Amino acid sequence: MRERRIRVLLAKPGLDGHDVGAKVVVQALLDAGFDVTYTGLRQTPEAIAKAAQAINADVIGLSILSGAHVPLCRRIRDLLLEHGLHDKLWLVGGNIPEADRLVLRQLGYRGVFATGSRTQDIVSFIRESMK
Amino acid sequence: MSAALTSQTSQGKPRDAADSVRPVVNESGIEIRPLYTAEDVTTSGGFDLSRSGEPPFTRGIHPLMYRQRPWTMRQYTGFANAAETNERFKYLIANGQTGLNVAFDLATQCGYDSDAPEAMGEVGRVGMAIDSLRDFEIAFDGIDLDAITVSLTINGAAAILIAMYLAMAQMRGYDVSRLRGTAQNDILKEFIGRGTWVFPVEPSVKLVADTIEYCAKVAPKYSPVSVCGYHIRESGATPAEEMAYGFSIAKAYADAALARGLDIDDFAGRLSFNFNVFGNLFEQVAKFRAGRRRWAKIILEEYGAKNPASGWLRMIAGGGGFGLTIEQPENNIMRGAYYALIAALGGAQTMALCCYDEAYTIPTPKAQRISLRTMQLLIEEIGLADTVDPLGGSYYVETLTNQMEEKIVEAMGWVDANGGIVRAVAEGIIQQRVSEYAYQRQRAFEAGTLRKVGVNCYTESEEENPNVELHPYDEMGAKAQIDALRHLRSERSNDAVERALRELRADATAGKNVMPALMAAVKAYATVGEMTTAMVDVYGRFREPTRLWRKAA
Repeated sequence: MRERRIRVLLAKPGLDGHDVGAKVVVQALLDAGFDVTYTGLRQTPEAIAKAAQAINADVIGLSILSGAHVPLCRRIRDLLLEHGLHDKLWLVGGNIPEADRLVLRQLGYRGVFATGSRTQDIVSFIRESMK
Repeated sequence: MSAALTSQTSQGKPRDAADSVRPVVNESGIEIRPLYTAEDVTTSGGFDLSRSGEPPFTRGIHPLMYRQRPWTMRQYTGFANAAETNERFKYLIANGQTGLNVAFDLATQCGYDSDAPEAMGEVGRVGMAIDSLRDFEIAFDGIDLDAITVSLTINGAAAILIAMYLAMAQMRGYDVSRLRGTAQNDILKEFIGRGTWVFPVEPSVKLVADTIEYCAKVAPKYSPVSVCGYHIRESGATPAEEMAYGFSIAKAYADAALARGLDIDDFAGRLSFNFNVFGNLFEQVAKFRAGRRRWAKIILEEYGAKNPASGWLRMIAGGGGFGLTIEQPENNIMRGAYYALIAALGGAQTMALCCYDEAYTIPTPKAQRISLRTMQLLIEEIGLADTVDPLGGSYYVETLTNQMEEKIVEAMGWVDANGGIVRAVAEGIIQQRVSEYAYQRQRAFEAGTLRKVGVNCYTESEEENPNVELHPYDEMGAKAQIDALRHLRSERSNDAVERALRELRADATAGKNVMPALMAAVKAYATVGEMTTAMVDVYGRFREPTRLWRKAA
């Protein structure tokens, strides 16, 4: 039997409407052979945690370009832990200044991809982390 | 799909030896020849001998263009609260800015009050927080609304904010029938890119028609809509598609206004546009020239407008956010200068530039001043305001103008073949196309076939920490905004607010124009969130579907 494909939930939390990057990443992950569920815009932290649990996601990726990444990621971290999703791979991408990257890593987001990141780097990071 | 991204191979056969050199295809899919002659102009449709100020306005909508009055300089500005934004407005005006272009925070843009749970972390972040008319009074305090035109970058909550602006002007004693200004209010493009929708597609378009109808009757000098090809281009469209989708959207609003019994000449002259400037200079300039010609034909010929001014493609051109890079951010200052040059050569009425630090966050005062100086030195030192349409008559630009117009017509035909723009947006057809193009564009960057200086060529050997001073976000400011909102709720007449909101709900339910009810609610100091909720009760709230994507094994 073939191994199950890597399952990714890609979410846009909060009010930020910049979705070009998220949709580009969806395409790149699909091309890499992953299954991708894209939530669309304006998801509440609660809805994201529930969706991750419902689809049994291996990877939970957030995309935030408004600058509100720290408060949103903190809230979502709490909910992911509540839902028992601590062992999943958490990623965040967006307009993230250098100083905030460490903060997000400390919150448990193992991959932080600032705007300008290569999609191939995101794919490789997921593959490496899932080994 | 743009040939520039998919292939480096020339489609046509070489006409002579010069054509066998490196093939070049622009983003809109037009093959660029190494040399243009009069013959190219003739075979592509001929020279356009119309003068500026004459239909179809290829060379400019006014006879003298910048010689009479340079473009309006209107940097996109707004952050924290009304008081801080007011201070920044005054700083920019003191530095020679001639218009205001207001940025609202995401809570305001999406119709939430500052204390709504949805607003968490967003209050005053990417723009100024507005909860009620009280904030507008502070934001525009001491600014003469007759001397400086104000553009509100608001879409999902546009009807509310337009009402707020008109109400504020009335209360300050301005004659609204002579008041000038612009609202972005292009909701269809929000569904394609940018994403600050509130209501589902159909009631959203209904609200745009409400604002056009109301302004045509009450504030006929006010431009209630600025149709944005801009964000569609940012999201993933070629320059030709940017124009085409913008025009298809503008036609949808015009049709909705005509259905209210308005005459095309009652409002077409007040429709304005917002277009992007990043990319190839000549392609963009040809895009603007071709766009002006095509829009004039649409309004004057297709819609049969009698007043030539109804066919003016009045536009703000600038921005270019997608063109700016995180890497080597100082390069963005040069990019901004070329983008301003493009907008000037393209005949824009108004210009705004993204600042060099905007790939990071919203701009500092210094970065905004550099953008302003960039535009000013084009006028004062470089001679861009001396003569109309300086590239007119160039074999290359005239040929490209003819070819771009064909591409625009072709892309508008594609929209029509997909059921028209409203349906194509509601069904996500445009979004799909735009996303595919964005992915192609990204792949071309990563493969290095689409070159970006400092990103995939001429990169720094070591990642150096860019020396950019960033605009800080003020958490305390958000708290103060929420305190002020709570204070407002305790001191206003809540009975009057309730009555006004009931009226608003009733008018929305009856399918009436909601603008008079919004004017009354705004004057009673109802909040953005309260008015939005009243309308959501009737129209519903749009939700983007969650979707599983899976490639067949």
